[in-house]
Amino acid sequence: MDNYFHIPQLAKRKAKAKRFKYIAMMALVASVAFLAFFLSDMIIKGHGAFTQTYVKVPVLINEKTAKFTHLAVDRKEYGFMVSRAWLRGLKNTLKDTPEWMNTNKERWTLANSNVDQFIKGKYNRLKPEQIKKIEQMQKDGKVERRFNNIFFEKGDSKIPEFSGFMASIVGTIMTMIITMLIAVPLGVMTAIYLEEFAKDNKFTQIIEVNINNLAAIPSILFGLLGLAIFINFFGVPRSSPLVGGMTLALMSLPVIIVSSKAALKSVPDSIRQAGFALGLTKWQIVRDHVLPLAMPGMLTGAIIALAQAMGETAPLIMVGMIAFIPDISTSFLDATTVMPAQIFTWSGMPERAYIERTAAGILVLLGILISLNAIAIYLRKKYTKTW
Amino acid sequence: MNLLKKAVLTASVLALSVSASQAREQIKIVGSSTVYPFSSYVAEELGATTSFPTPVVESTGSGGGMKLFCAGNGMNTPDITNASRPMKEKEWNLCQKNGVTDITGAMIGYDGIAFAQSSSNNDVQFTRTQILLAVAAKVPVNGKLVTNPYKKWSDIDASLPNREIIIYGPPTSSGTRDAFEELVMEKMTKKMAGYGKKKYHTIRQDGVYIPSGENDNLIVQKLERNKDAFGIFGYSYLAENSDKIKASKIDGKLPTPSTIADGSYPVSRSLFFYVKKSHISKVKAMQPYIDMFMSEMMISEDGVLKTIGLIPMATDLRNKVQSSVKSLTPLTEEMVKARTVIK
Repeated sequence: MDNYFHIPQLAKRKAKAKRFKYIAMMALVASVAFLAFFLSDMIIKGHGAFTQTYVKVPVLINEKTAKFTHLAVDRKEYGFMVSRAWLRGLKNTLKDTPEWMNTNKERWTLANSNVDQFIKGKYNRLKPEQIKKIEQMQKDGKVERRFNNIFFEKGDSKIPEFSGFMASIVGTIMTMIITMLIAVPLGVMTAIYLEEFAKDNKFTQIIEVNINNLAAIPSILFGLLGLAIFINFFGVPRSSPLVGGMTLALMSLPVIIVSSKAALKSVPDSIRQAGFALGLTKWQIVRDHVLPLAMPGMLTGAIIALAQAMGETAPLIMVGMIAFIPDISTSFLDATTVMPAQIFTWSGMPERAYIERTAAGILVLLGILISLNAIAIYLRKKYTKTW
Repeated sequence: MNLLKKAVLTASVLALSVSASQAREQIKIVGSSTVYPFSSYVAEELGATTSFPTPVVESTGSGGGMKLFCAGNGMNTPDITNASRPMKEKEWNLCQKNGVTDITGAMIGYDGIAFAQSSSNNDVQFTRTQILLAVAAKVPVNGKLVTNPYKKWSDIDASLPNREIIIYGPPTSSGTRDAFEELVMEKMTKKMAGYGKKKYHTIRQDGVYIPSGENDNLIVQKLERNKDAFGIFGYSYLAENSDKIKASKIDGKLPTPSTIADGSYPVSRSLFFYVKKSHISKVKAMQPYIDMFMSEMMISEDGVLKTIGLIPMATDLRNKVQSSVKSLTPLTEEMVKARTVIK
């Protein structure tokens, strides 16, 4: 006789479970593969932007060339390889190094992007005889690749080799400060009121549904709202971190409210009841007992909302932050641009040298986002209490 | 929602108290995405070589720029708008209505629109009529206008390759598209009996013409991948990507700086910017910016803007425009109607 305990479907059921496990695993593999592909593509395209080529060419400096700096290098011989930005900046360089006056020496100069792209083995528009010259200079040790300071010190430029990411990093930080100052207190307070104090009636339910709905609205609509209210009605300066930050705060508010509410909800009711039993007021319970327990969840929500706002471009188009703004802004009312906007602008430029800068910008943005998320995880781990 | 609104209002009132509407130092420029690289190059140069702050240049498209520019004379409106086509009468009227009556127009040079494909293909030559028949929503067949039936180039003319028609081009918001519709479609249909000798510029929407966004680099990438396709975009993208794509001849001419400047390449257009004169006295940097943009160093045959894709004007036209802008010649209705900025 067969085994009494034998269940004929068992093998089938086990196979089914196994199949399900593999399908789920494949989904994971696929998403990891996508991410890995994207990241490696960005690294391959973008690593070049972290170095910049310099060439050593004779620079003649006298009364005349100090005035008309584009004549400082021999236009026919070396004109094609020296960056216009370097020549343009020569006047200021001379202020710092007056001893350069009336000299005719070989000096290290920033290379034109075509030369730079050639040295990096990428497509360039150099002519064959120009390539020959560069190759000769390479043999003589007159071509050098250095760490790209410009990328981390300067703002955007129409001269590819002179364009940097710093202005947009500063712009993002300033915009995020405004966003945080507005969205976090407002969002957390709203959540506390709705969750702890408000009565559960039709009215608060409608509000809650609306907030959940707001969290899913396409972000461009917040841009339109920002344009209509902040710029046209209140006259906040266009393109400023202030208007950008306020617009993004509108966008992050619902997300912060929803996550803060979830954090408050996860605090067990027994804690509140214990408080009441001891004769505490509602305010004391919320301040001393509920909030500390809900804090890690709230922080995580806020940081994720801010990370999302940081990567946002669509609403900023409407308030004028996608523009050519090379200066690093020093006040909340100056025009500025932000990281995703800078990436977007570079991706549309015809010059090929911007491709690596676009990718490098994406890498920097990703790096900052990863560290923000890491902070969120750390905070959650550190402050989470178990009971 | 109530709470939200209150929050927004308080925040905005706070912001308002910070920013009193003061006279600006920084020039605000909006407008065409085609002129944007040139305009921002000059802006950067102004910021780098003078003590004026770098002007803010926004790329809003020619039409969007005109709308902002003509919105009024207030200091929160832009000082200058760039355009890849002359100001339209409709826009002139809007400006007049809103009190923007004192305008000076400047022309800076030309841009060609390339009709290009992957460089691994054989060269193809087109006439403008053939391109029109490929992109128009309705085409004349046996004397009647019918929905465009052409799926292959060889359907249009036996001399054209037996390739599927796929065209990547700019979306409706783009000045490049305006120019393409005008120079290729309207110009041809005006002379064709099949269209009743009327201007016609509706582009087909059955998936043959694929609007590809304002980013011309995307079109270049798509041409690389889809060897059958053709793309419509600005000349500077062609010059910068000559390893991947090549232009086709239109009416026997390839787009080169010389054919675009002398007008023999049929799909070329002029580039402009318009200045709000009432702001010149309030924004000190405006006059230096205009002077720098119109200088020989920028827009002449040896100018730096040529290196980033601007096609310069011939010397005598350039001199005329320069002196017209120098004296801030006011724009008149006649000039708008004649589609020019000089007398």
